[in-house]
Amino acid sequence: MSEPFDPPGQPWVRVSPRLATLRRLLLLALGVPVAAAAAVLVGLLHRSLGLAVGIVALAGLAWGFVVLGRRVRSWGYAERDDDLLVTRGVLNRQLVVVPYGRMQYVDVTAGPLDRRFGLATVQLHTAAAATDAQIPGLVPAEAARLRDRLAARGEARSAGL
Amino acid sequence: MTENGAVSDTQRADQFRRLHPLTPVLRGWKVFAAAVALGAQQAYGRDTPIGWLLLAVAASIPIGVVYGFVSWRTTRYRIDSEDLRLDTGVLFRRSRQVRLDRLQAVDVVRPLVARALGLAELRLEVAGGSSAEAPLAYLSEPAAQRLRAELLARAAGLHHETPEAPESVLVKVPLRRLVEGQVRSVGLIAAIVVLVALIAVAATTGQWSVLGVFVLPALFGIVPALVRTVIVHFDFTVAESPDGLRLRHGLLETRAQTVPPGRVQAVRLVQPLLWRSRDWYRLDVNVAGYAGDGQSQTSVLLPVATRDEAFAVLRRVLPDVDLGAVATYGVPGRARWVDPVSWTGNAAGADDKVFVARRGRLRRETDVVPHERVQSVRLTQGPIQRRLSLATVHVDTSPGPVHPTAHHRDAADARALLDAEVTLARRSRAGARPDRWMRPPERPAGPTVAR
Repeated sequence: MSEPFDPPGQPWVRVSPRLATLRRLLLLALGVPVAAAAAVLVGLLHRSLGLAVGIVALAGLAWGFVVLGRRVRSWGYAERDDDLLVTRGVLNRQLVVVPYGRMQYVDVTAGPLDRRFGLATVQLHTAAAATDAQIPGLVPAEAARLRDRLAARGEARSAGL
Repeated sequence: MTENGAVSDTQRADQFRRLHPLTPVLRGWKVFAAAVALGAQQAYGRDTPIGWLLLAVAASIPIGVVYGFVSWRTTRYRIDSEDLRLDTGVLFRRSRQVRLDRLQAVDVVRPLVARALGLAELRLEVAGGSSAEAPLAYLSEPAAQRLRAELLARAAGLHHETPEAPESVLVKVPLRRLVEGQVRSVGLIAAIVVLVALIAVAATTGQWSVLGVFVLPALFGIVPALVRTVIVHFDFTVAESPDGLRLRHGLLETRAQTVPPGRVQAVRLVQPLLWRSRDWYRLDVNVAGYAGDGQSQTSVLLPVATRDEAFAVLRRVLPDVDLGAVATYGVPGRARWVDPVSWTGNAAGADDKVFVARRGRLRRETDVVPHERVQSVRLTQGPIQRRLSLATVHVDTSPGPVHPTAHHRDAADARALLDAEVTLARRSRAGARPDRWMRPPERPAGPTVAR
């Protein structure tokens, strides 16, 4: 049923599953205290209602846990001779094709948590602000390789505006 | 860096030029007027003696004059074959180089007061900036015209003393049509209907206060916008020259825009519902330098035009493109579930030059983007679209009012459209025309340079 987002004759390169681990840890770190606080507060007023709130919050967290995994698994990219393809999204899906000749610059970013988990994000920029081509959850070595390769190909196929 | 810069500056100082000496006066009078107004407002109704106020204003004048003079002395510019250099700043010096082959547009703007003094501002638009990169404010009008011609000649790769290119007027928008075009808006008609209904209600009930509550805000919301559009687009003239398209318009502040060939990134042809009986159109464009700052003023290629005029200008902007001959394909009937009204108007297609996306049923829009201007192509699908097996194709160009989008197409068809666009864009990039449009290309160019 997913033909429109099929890979372009070569398989998608998927991002590191560690990204899912990182995001899940963030979800738990933020979600568990909030859920616990809500359950306790409501529980002080009304015991069984507090229990219900706790159960709903737990179910929500479990659902978020599953969704995060699916979202991370949905990211993928493919390098072709003339362009880079990036796909993402479970509910709202997107596939973007960026020609190397249109790249203005490439960013590699990694926050403190990303670095601890050995992850980095590569983002491509063109003259169009709408171009949304970022690839999170790359191993730093792969991110650097991708950046250099994109830069080299962009140079070779550069076109003006 | 400063040492070397200083040495080379003194060596070539004779090539530097300055802005018009009246510049500080023109820049300063607004601040002065604001200070006087603020002071008067503060003093009003208090027992502050008027003498003190006058003294404060008088004291601020020499400071302003000295600052204005120093600021004028420290602002200078120089043009050589490759770029424009502009040095500005009193305390924090800034020296900026603008590459002329990357010039996207040149505007000569004349605000009301500047017109009275015979001055003009020259704005160079370069891609990627949020506002004009190198505004030269102010120059005398003949100097601004000469400089504009010189910059365009250099940007085109010609000798800088090439005389100003001749122009031929393509379209002049008559005032009557401009006003009528604004009056024929659904918003205004609806407002008038509501107004009449309210007057009827007020007359029957005797409650005249409802008029004040509802009508005045509505009038303040709609009328100034209409008047403003008429003032900004007053006497709109489109002329063609080898420099590119020249647009001139404005009643109080006049603006003369020059968009060199190949600088138009995308075009939108709009026909609001009430213009249909007249067969009028509006043309909007994406020009890389115009994004952001005053976009609504600068991105209009034609405010109200007849069909023939609109297509004549369109042919100049996109040579070798016959919009009528580009086959566009509609969307499947199930798209009505996500777009109940206008799904019948949605269509998209491409020939070997341009990508075309049509949309709308009441207000019709046609977006056109040359393949060689496409920056990236996107395919998106939301949850409802997925259930209906639909998808949307976005063609990304430089920022501006035009976002060519093929909404709610059959999913497999959308992917085919995406793949086709990627291929077409790659082919036409390979044959794109050079940045310096009058200079012969260094490598054999493709068929797109034919014109």
